[in-house]
Amino acid sequence: MLYSEKVMDHFTHPRNVGVIEDADGVGEAGNPVCGDIMKIYLKVQNGIIEDVKFNTFGCGSAIASSSMATELIKGKPIAEAMTLTNKAVAEALDGLPAHKMHCSVLAEEAIRDALKDYCNKKGISFDEAASVAVQAATVADVEGKKESKNNQA
Amino acid sequence: MDVYADNAATTKMSRTAVNAMLPYLDECYGNPSSLYSLGQQAAEALQKARETVARCLVCEPREITFTSGGSEADNQAITSAATLGAKRGKKHIISTTFEHHAVLNTLKRLQAQGFDVTLLDVHENGIVSADEVAAAIRPDTCLVTIMYANNEIGSIQPIAEIGSVCRQKGVLFHTDAVQAAGHLPIDVKQQNIDMLSLSAHKFHGPKGVGLLYARKGIPLTNLIEGGAQERGKRAGTENVAGIVSMAVALQEATAHLDENAQIVGALRDRLIEGLSRIPHSILNGDRTHRLPGNVSLCFEGIEGESLLLLLDQRGICASSGSACTSASLDPSHVLLAIGRPPEIAHGSLRLSLCEWNTPEQIDYMLEQIPQVVEYLRGMSPIWRDLQEGKKRYVIQ
Repeated sequence: MLYSEKVMDHFTHPRNVGVIEDADGVGEAGNPVCGDIMKIYLKVQNGIIEDVKFNTFGCGSAIASSSMATELIKGKPIAEAMTLTNKAVAEALDGLPAHKMHCSVLAEEAIRDALKDYCNKKGISFDEAASVAVQAATVADVEGKKESKNNQA
Repeated sequence: MDVYADNAATTKMSRTAVNAMLPYLDECYGNPSSLYSLGQQAAEALQKARETVARCLVCEPREITFTSGGSEADNQAITSAATLGAKRGKKHIISTTFEHHAVLNTLKRLQAQGFDVTLLDVHENGIVSADEVAAAIRPDTCLVTIMYANNEIGSIQPIAEIGSVCRQKGVLFHTDAVQAAGHLPIDVKQQNIDMLSLSAHKFHGPKGVGLLYARKGIPLTNLIEGGAQERGKRAGTENVAGIVSMAVALQEATAHLDENAQIVGALRDRLIEGLSRIPHSILNGDRTHRLPGNVSLCFEGIEGESLLLLLDQRGICASSGSACTSASLDPSHVLLAIGRPPEIAHGSLRLSLCEWNTPEQIDYMLEQIPQVVEYLRGMSPIWRDLQEGKKRYVIQ
């Protein structure tokens, strides 16, 4: 089989398909000439991604990556969504074939683009917000590791 | 319901073709080059197969070289003509933009070796004109290589006319007949074909075996050096079981050619008519000059791989020229050659039928495919933009 069971599950039963008419942020990635376009719609309340929807033109792994990426950020704080990587999307799908990794990159880019749009609308600097978010994530990661070490000790 | 609609990729073997090969995998296992009777039995079977395929193509048995398939036959035909041409100072080859990669990549290699290659336009209907072939022939042209019928869009080329143009101008003519053999009439004499390639698994024969017809007097260049098999032109112990089975399959297909074309053509026409009702869809390849079993369409706003995966879930085996169905990032060179823009070429679907498909299977596909197209369009941002008038339809 070309794809993992997870990919096939998210492809055949994609989560969060649709459009949010009064979205707080809209993002797009890809190019029809290359055969992939992803569009992401965000609804944000109190810094939390209350709802997220996607529309995708693309192959099975592009649709599955969109579905998984939206699941990974739904209900999460904006800062956490900013740290979403394509690797995380691919891992959550139990891996993608090498020549399909760009689909997960597209998902990361589309979400980033939607978050950028949200920041622009709110008058927040995306780059600043993103760097704070990455720092916070790194700190949390380090603290987490410390904690687990302490627990082991 | 299960529907196998990818007969241009490969076919299921016929019962007769399977039965024909079994003795040569079992008790008749001798090497045709061996002197004792076990070997000579195999040699006789090989000779009989050669005579059978020669009758089907209307040529002489010694003009047949058995190969591992269509790709090898294409490689050997082109390489042989190029070697011959180079000796005479003729290093120009004419072909088309939508040949199989077995032809195009061989031409690329020759280009790197200093050959000049002209690739003719195949127009929107996927048919090259004999006049354009004639106009492209130069004093230094050593070969014209044009496929009999296209593997993706099914369009049939005016092979006899091209053959006659080449014969008049004294240029060798090779045709890749991999999709045509067993489905369209072949008479190498009448059609003025100098070299022809075919592959057994496209007409209910086994995989891994094919042949090259080369008119007597055309010296072949070896791709594989070794023993003296195939008159010294293709070394390696012969695939006796495969060759015997191919001959039986070709004979069977040739005997039922008209009858099958009628049955399959009727199924094809119903499928084309039904699928063309899907809004913003377009047929690829000429409507009438097309392989009896070929249906190829593009649907605007969707991508082919996701279409194939969903059809597979519903039991339908099909194929697409989308980039995502291969490891490359470009959509099918065939669809680009007939002028489909890349974003349209990504949304292509090829269904290739055979005489074993049933009217019920056609009904089933006509019910399922429009549903899947609609479902994928429902989640496509391109389709949404088209519907909202933010983008213009490419396919009206």
